[in-house]
Amino acid sequence: MAKGAARGETSQWPEAIFDVLCGAGVTQVAYVPDAGHARLIDLCHADSTMHSVVLTTEEEGVALLAGAWLGGARGVLLMQSSGVGNCINMLSVVAECRFPLLAIVTMRGEWGEFNPWQVPMGQGVAQALGNAGVIVHHVDDAGDVAATVAAASELAFNAFRAVAVSISQRIIGTKVWR
Amino acid sequence: MNTSSPTAAKLDRREAVAQLLAGRGDALLITGLGSTTWDAAAAGDQAENFYVWGGMGGAAMIGLGLALAQPGRRVLVITGDGEMLMGLGAFATIAVQRPKNLAVVVIDNEVYGETGMQYTHTRFGVDLAGVAAAAGFESARTVYTQSDLDILSMALFDAPGPLFADVKVSTERHETVLPPRDGTYLKHRFRAALLGDAENGALAGRKS
Repeated sequence: MAKGAARGETSQWPEAIFDVLCGAGVTQVAYVPDAGHARLIDLCHADSTMHSVVLTTEEEGVALLAGAWLGGARGVLLMQSSGVGNCINMLSVVAECRFPLLAIVTMRGEWGEFNPWQVPMGQGVAQALGNAGVIVHHVDDAGDVAATVAAASELAFNAFRAVAVSISQRIIGTKVWR
Repeated sequence: MNTSSPTAAKLDRREAVAQLLAGRGDALLITGLGSTTWDAAAAGDQAENFYVWGGMGGAAMIGLGLALAQPGRRVLVITGDGEMLMGLGAFATIAVQRPKNLAVVVIDNEVYGETGMQYTHTRFGVDLAGVAAAAGFESARTVYTQSDLDILSMALFDAPGPLFADVKVSTERHETVLPPRDGTYLKHRFRAALLGDAENGALAGRKS
């Protein structure tokens, strides 16, 4: 967490998340790519101590991280808001077994969205995750990202809970369509 | 569409699973929901078995996470054809990671046994070993006969993974043998056996 705070520039929030993940002992990084996560995914791939696992669908990551925990390892799931819906039934495994889950969700379909097709799932993220038993911490200020991921990590791995941090499109920047 | 199998499967699922598990040594086992869980329980319940009673489509991926976390241990996933078909993407994801210690075995009776024996896709010719091979598994085979099964038994815990085998079995049903079903208990039991401490465990799985 201290390392994360040391990355002073708010534009470096992906670097700050990476530092938090390293500090938390995360060794499995499962992801379906999102432009908002591109920098963080690059950092994870560049770290030879982490398994960076590209998924075909987000629910694979929920299952992967359950297996990681069975084996004594910690992981994180990176996805876009549209991936949340893909996870729902697999989250029942997490709830029933009380597996820790740390997910970081970059939002679409909210702040300044241009693509109407992103809106229904984006607007349903908090409710869908809540219904599936996942605690949601929403962040819409870049300066709060690292501390929020650190808090979510504590809640996940020390209190054995499923926690998602949703990062607003306001932080990521809206997609430019020109 | 043709619904006849290349050969009418004669292998018995419960005998096949018992034979495969007989040589497991210290291997860790993940089973998929339904009959493969009853088969594994019939072969002998133990702490190093994690039965996935839900989360259909997730068994192979749970196996991958475990295999990456425990590179020094063999990890075996035994699941059904219906369960595997719900998570076909796992073949691609596992193949990219290339875990040498992971083996995935599908006990393939070509029907959804728990829901009324409806045909699965494999009954119509979908070739799961072909999917695994095309995805890039180190080895992939379909087991039809006792001698095929004997060869698989020898390779299952030693051959470099990721290894895949589709074991064609008859549709004969057996007594349902129920292992423990409380998920949190199964998790704690597994971690206590593997890590010595159910709650904390040692942090495992760094790549280097």
